[in-house]
Amino acid sequence: MIIGLDVGGTHTDIVLVGENGLERKIKVPTNTSALFQTVLTGIEKITENIPYEKITHAVLSTTLTTNAIVRNKLSSAGMVVSGGPGIDPEIFRTNEHYFIVSGAIDHSGREIDPIDKNQIEEIARRLKSQGIRHVGVVGKFSARNPDHELAIGKILAPYFDKIFLGHRISGLLNFPRRIATTFLNASVYPIHKEFFEAVKSSLNQKGISIPIYILKADGGTMHFDASIDFPGQSVLSGPSASVMGSVAFAPEAGETLVMDIGGTTTDMAVLINQVPLLSPLGIEIGTYKTLIRALNSYSIGIGGDSVVRLEGNTLKIGPDRLGPAMAYGGSTPTPTDALFVLGKTHDESGDKNKSIQGIAPIAEKLGLTVEEAAFEIFDLACQDILTAAREMIERINRKPVYTIKELLTGYQLKPRHILVLGGPASYFAEHMEQISEFTVQRVPQWSVANAVGTALSRTTCEVTLFADTQKGIAMAPEESFSTPIKSNFTRKDALELGYDLLRQKALQSGANIDDLDLDVLENLEFNMVRGFRLTGKNIRIKLQIKPGLIHQYKMITDKIAAM
Amino acid sequence: MLTAKHKTGLIFFPAYDWAISPTHPEREERLLYTQDQVFEEGLLDIEGIIEYKPNLVEIKDVQRVHFCAPDERSVMTESHFISAGGAKTIADAVMKKKIERGFALVRPPGHHAMRVVHGGRGFCNVNNEAIMIEHIRSAYNVDRVAIIDTDCHHGDGTQDIYWHDPDTMFISLHQDGRTLYPGSGFPEELGGPMAAGTTLNVPLPPYTSEEGFLYVIRELVLPILDQFKPDIIVNSAGQDNHFTDPLTNMHFSAQGYADLTRLLRPDIAVLEGGYSIEGALPYVNVGIILAMAGMDYSNVKEPGYDHNKLRQSEQITQVIKRTCDTVMSNWNARELIRMRMKSDKKFDKRRRSIIYDTDGFYEHQNETIRICRDCGGTLKIDSTSDIGQHILAVHVPRKACSACREQGFEWYDSASETNYDMIFLQNRVDDTYLVRRKS
Repeated sequence: MIIGLDVGGTHTDIVLVGENGLERKIKVPTNTSALFQTVLTGIEKITENIPYEKITHAVLSTTLTTNAIVRNKLSSAGMVVSGGPGIDPEIFRTNEHYFIVSGAIDHSGREIDPIDKNQIEEIARRLKSQGIRHVGVVGKFSARNPDHELAIGKILAPYFDKIFLGHRISGLLNFPRRIATTFLNASVYPIHKEFFEAVKSSLNQKGISIPIYILKADGGTMHFDASIDFPGQSVLSGPSASVMGSVAFAPEAGETLVMDIGGTTTDMAVLINQVPLLSPLGIEIGTYKTLIRALNSYSIGIGGDSVVRLEGNTLKIGPDRLGPAMAYGGSTPTPTDALFVLGKTHDESGDKNKSIQGIAPIAEKLGLTVEEAAFEIFDLACQDILTAAREMIERINRKPVYTIKELLTGYQLKPRHILVLGGPASYFAEHMEQISEFTVQRVPQWSVANAVGTALSRTTCEVTLFADTQKGIAMAPEESFSTPIKSNFTRKDALELGYDLLRQKALQSGANIDDLDLDVLENLEFNMVRGFRLTGKNIRIKLQIKPGLIHQYKMITDKIAAM
Repeated sequence: MLTAKHKTGLIFFPAYDWAISPTHPEREERLLYTQDQVFEEGLLDIEGIIEYKPNLVEIKDVQRVHFCAPDERSVMTESHFISAGGAKTIADAVMKKKIERGFALVRPPGHHAMRVVHGGRGFCNVNNEAIMIEHIRSAYNVDRVAIIDTDCHHGDGTQDIYWHDPDTMFISLHQDGRTLYPGSGFPEELGGPMAAGTTLNVPLPPYTSEEGFLYVIRELVLPILDQFKPDIIVNSAGQDNHFTDPLTNMHFSAQGYADLTRLLRPDIAVLEGGYSIEGALPYVNVGIILAMAGMDYSNVKEPGYDHNKLRQSEQITQVIKRTCDTVMSNWNARELIRMRMKSDKKFDKRRRSIIYDTDGFYEHQNETIRICRDCGGTLKIDSTSDIGQHILAVHVPRKACSACREQGFEWYDSASETNYDMIFLQNRVDDTYLVRRKS
């Protein structure tokens, strides 16, 4: 059996899944000031009277690091950045402890300017005297040649508790994002470490020894131990939990839109043949654009509790939320109030009269009955969500491609099916189907889909390999890997090497050997010609373990669907 | 956050699966390192820099500009449809005011492609800029266009297409034709009798550096543009004046290209040549993109750049000044020159041989233009190529007067299919294109 635990803002969902499908589900309040306590209580409660031997592992999706970033409660990390020619790296300053140092590498990984040892020693002393304990090191083009980052890291190491090197965090080229991502990793490290140690030691004390995984923003998992070097990976796992919880209920072939309609927002993602679409670069959170691998999800400010207002004679919903629906004691009318008025919801803890009071002034101004106005609100909320969905599809389809083949045979998304989950979703589904070209279906057991998705996700990772036969080297800096190659090294050799690295990385991250669904993301080879002569080949390979569910999932989700 | 002062659109289409031949300068690898640099600098994350996906041009777009023998599909590969399509897409975004300025980083290039196309010359088959310009003239209210060609090679194709068009200002800055392909582009090449002065050529001596290029822009190009008052400024942005380019002998730099772009303020830039794919293109393109977006580019410097070492000699400075003086006086005397060229002739003729170096053959042309006081003048081209096609191409210009229109129809109708493999009528007034083929 597997434990899935999804920490939300107010409460935490915990499920136990196994051969009988959903074996148990519980909800506990989230204690934001001691998150590990919530996790512990959750694990204890869900396993009551069950021997731990029967639990294979637990997967956690927490808001710990996400909240730290969003609420700007980051610890002060130091940053040492070497830019070289190009845009002034000062523009990418992360905080006051940000130092630009000499040293430059070009796009081919050649050194243009050396680093200055003394300059770095001096910065190290200064940062240390200011009480800094964690430092990020980022160089431009370190994904092509990590030597400078490694050298700087080595000089800094004696002074600090933990150093994060940019090239270890992503194989993608994007210097500003590498800076932001490395900074976030260094900044959330202490809270992640504290949480990690608290969970570990409490479980140990209670004699619970089950492997723990965390959910990542790409819908994959990572072993808790591996996450300590990449704490940023735990950021924004919330949206991926519900998407992964929907995967099993999407058609095996075809495209599906997943919509999580919540109180404040509606989050959307796309599944192609049950595989979620990934964002091209990474998470954007707060003011940070990062290289943290993530699902291509899109959020709009329309949910059950969004504010309904009139602008002139036009109804507007959201994007803000000022509190609960009036039926639940709020002060502004919301789509949830419209549901009460229309008799679509009969929740006894809500007061329908309050909803009527809230919508009446709107109805009056529009010259409608309260029911008519409520229907208008309900209809508009559905329309707005559908419009946003179409926009998202269009945006994905507009993504540029760089080969003639891709452009001419360009794959265009045209999903015709929507899976919905979330509180108001069940009321919206039918109407959304009526007014659109989509078929709309609810996710079974949607209220715990997030926790189920967390439990059933497989371990994912990505490897970027770069080979240059002119220089005679193949490298994957992210994996601290490089090897000399002969001039007859081929793309096939590169792929094999890449697969080996990916397999190793996946197993180190805690993957089950049966769940290694390998996938090629990029496979390019270029003739390098210098002085009109063929001098080598430039090969670029990017491989991934696709996000998806563990191999035993179907037995479990079929039972959930039948419940 | 980093924000562009001018909202700038980009088309980046490196055509990673297209080459003229495996070791040709125009090959898959050409924009690879530029992509690396653009990605690593994070340019596409900048607020106000927007990347677009190119649409393909349609045959109709090509037929506004070219006479392709035997037809468009025979002389164009998919890559040409996409490359010209990239220029068209970016121009549409500018015209619809989605962006202020746009840069189409596309390949293959186009500025050596002339009005008649039998094949590839100077790595070009169809003219991306001309196809784009004639599209926007048809679709939007655009009349006067200036094309500033800053590729190191003379833009002889663009010059040919606009030779007789008084509403298109074509200024080419390039390495002296006595020292470089295609061997043309001298100050005395000024355009036809109705349009003399709207073609201007500024040959520059080998080893011209930043100082020389920027002098020509400041002292010659900008004042002439002030007088010409174009609706749109297009930059044929070749990048082979760079001091590391393997095919040329100039001393220009990334900083220089960025300065040039800032001064020129093109609405649309379209990539042309540039074959120093590691040492120049990554830096030149970043410089141009930042300059178009109105952002700071002062730290964009390629390895090996040394402003002092690259400085041009005093002698070069003097040559450039004299050339600019000549070009400027030709510009000022354009009305007089046109009068002299027209004299009392009814028709003007020119005869030439054109080399298709990329595909390896010659074309022989006899061009006849009707001397007209009311419009740019209808023209016909009798063209044969070594590879066998004999065609008659009749072009009725966009603003043709009724007499010129009639002349064009008369030429087209009276030509006999027994004498030609193909007879074409490109009627820009009605935006139509007719073909008759030997049966």
